[in-house]
Amino acid sequence: MNLSELQASMLRIRLVEESIANKYSEQKMRCPTHLSIGQEAIAVGVCSNLTNEDQVLSSHRAHAHYLAKGGCLNSMLAEIYGKVTGCSKGMGGSMHLIDKSVGFMGSTAIVGNTIPVAVGSALAMKIQEKKLISCVFFGDGATEEGVFYESINFAIIHNLPVLFICENNLYSVYSGLEVRQPKGRKIFEMVRAFGIESSHGDGNNVQQVSDYVELARDKILSGNGPQFLEFDTYRWREHCGPNYDNDIGYREEEEFLEWKKKDPLKDIFENKDLDLVKVLFNKFNAEIQQAHHFADNSEFPSDKDFQQIINS
Amino acid sequence: MRKITFAEAINEAILTAMRESKDVITYGLGVPDPKGVFGTTLGLQDEFGEARVFDTPTSENAMTGVGIGAAINGLRPIMVHQRVDFFLLALDQLINNAAKWNFMFGGVCRVPITIRLIVGHGWGQGPTHSQNLQSLFSQIPGLKVVIPTSAYDAKGLLLESIFDDDPVIFLEHRWLYGLKSNVPKSSYRIPIGKANLVNEGSDLTIVALSYMTIEAIQAIKELEKIGVNCDLIDLRSTSPLDFELIRKSVKKTGKLIAVDSSSKSFSVASEIIADCAIESYNYLQKPPRRVALEDAPAPTSFGLTNSYYNGALEIYNEAIGLLGIKEENTGSKFIKEKPHDVPGEWFKGPF
Ligand SMILES: Cc1ncc(C[n+]2csc(CCOP(=O)(O)OP(=O)(O)O)c2C)c(N)n1
Ligand SMILES: [Mg+2]
Repeated sequence: MNLSELQASMLRIRLVEESIANKYSEQKMRCPTHLSIGQEAIAVGVCSNLTNEDQVLSSHRAHAHYLAKGGCLNSMLAEIYGKVTGCSKGMGGSMHLIDKSVGFMGSTAIVGNTIPVAVGSALAMKIQEKKLISCVFFGDGATEEGVFYESINFAIIHNLPVLFICENNLYSVYSGLEVRQPKGRKIFEMVRAFGIESSHGDGNNVQQVSDYVELARDKILSGNGPQFLEFDTYRWREHCGPNYDNDIGYREEEEFLEWKKKDPLKDIFENKDLDLVKVLFNKFNAEIQQAHHFADNSEFPSDKDFQQIINS
Repeated sequence: MRKITFAEAINEAILTAMRESKDVITYGLGVPDPKGVFGTTLGLQDEFGEARVFDTPTSENAMTGVGIGAAINGLRPIMVHQRVDFFLLALDQLINNAAKWNFMFGGVCRVPITIRLIVGHGWGQGPTHSQNLQSLFSQIPGLKVVIPTSAYDAKGLLLESIFDDDPVIFLEHRWLYGLKSNVPKSSYRIPIGKANLVNEGSDLTIVALSYMTIEAIQAIKELEKIGVNCDLIDLRSTSPLDFELIRKSVKKTGKLIAVDSSSKSFSVASEIIADCAIESYNYLQKPPRRVALEDAPAPTSFGLTNSYYNGALEIYNEAIGLLGIKEENTGSKFIKEKPHDVPGEWFKGPF
């Protein structure tokens, strides 16, 4: 993928997320929804280096990861609308996405709880002698769970093909890092002391993310063991839901504006080739509009569908 | 007397407890944040400072153990989680330590910790944000499980829980937060293990808990209109469980419906019916019934939650079924103005 493909992929995700934000007040997407706006570069930079068979697991804030991995847009939106055509048939909603056909193995709502699952995927890959990697996305908050440490520890002992991606956006809901982790803590340095190769990069620079991940994947596949990458980024909207919330008092508007200047998509918006940008916008917006139409017009799961799932 | 909401009553109980005793501390992820755990922890840090009221890392298991350590040293920690489901990471500390500590050390060391857990419902909360796990907790000897319905009970029971010398799981249903009742400003306590007889009647005993009591109240109003008068018992706690009051009522009515907010198998409702079969067999005129969820995780989809959840209609229908009353189109008695998956029009999601 060259730079413009990475950018196009980020733009598509941004437009999807904004379409959800804009339509959330219609009250048809009735589930807790955590948007990835501002954090697109990590998802795209990582997934652009994965093959279709490489696996991804993720957390509550998973739309970008799912889409970057190639997950079906119609199925994602239908899931958020609670429809039977959704990727989880309406059982899971925004926080429980899956598209096995592209190696997106699931996202869940409980902080940290897919980290060991990704390690388990890697264990299977190793035992089955597949030349693949398993990759897990999680936030800074998840690094405070015991299972984070336990999972990395096991992955190191068994030299498993797993790539840990920490998206550090400074917050766990409305609680800043300063009340959750020691001052000056560098997550990537801490885990390096566990015995895993680890580095740190600009999570709003898609090319940098991509370069790091390309290298990390090569290392994993050439037997150097699991790899850990921490990327700095920022969530633009409220923790959960469609709005901005810089006014409620847990963070400063200036902080948000600083990060907005580092918009991962700024190269697109500053691109001189306006026609090219316009073509992309139109193409994606048409696709997204159709996907909303598909989701909105799909059926809810029936009681029979529900029974079939719980009894299967 | 003034009316305040359930959320305000919780807040007031904590304020009162912290004023009454320096031993009480309050912590949990988001406790001092601008939203203050749906308003229940607002103002606490301002009044009591950062040492006694603090935010935490996203570390439920460790923070539970930390609470136990603090409790065995004389503090009375109140820990809160925005959802029950998040607290499941701490089951080791809860079940292996908190519940058994005093027992396994021969009764020389008590653990006075109160763990507030919020139960989600509706708006697509789905499989991992709306679990009703009261029977799971109640199955563990050594734990008390309190599950209030009214604002009045919430304040009195929370104060009692905080000053109880043993670990208490305090379950708060999200849909109760906006409901108001008369609540005294003063400090008062309600003993744990005493159920509340919400309504008296001689035809049928209905036992309910938490938000299901609100639904049951709607149901018994309609039942009254067709001449069926019910004892309605709001459990207030599921461990200990006030079997005495239920037995007394069943002795009078001869008929029992146990209403629960969880899935039906191995539920609190099942336990009540088991006790009834053992202790009240001779008084039963009809087989008891259970109104509980089917044994399935909660779906997210708006298209499924209406039939998944029970409400006043289902309770009403069980009641007339048990009594052998034939009536058509009972649904029209419970027309709802609001979408079924929100507690009121004011709720627009997302959490
Ligand atoms: C075990 C657990 N604790 C708490 C929560 C509530 N919660 C949902 S998202 C979230 C934030 C986690 O922060 P982070 O991992 O940094 O992810 P971010 O939201 O910043 O992307 C929290 C605490 C949860 N879902 N699971
Ligand atoms: Mg974060």
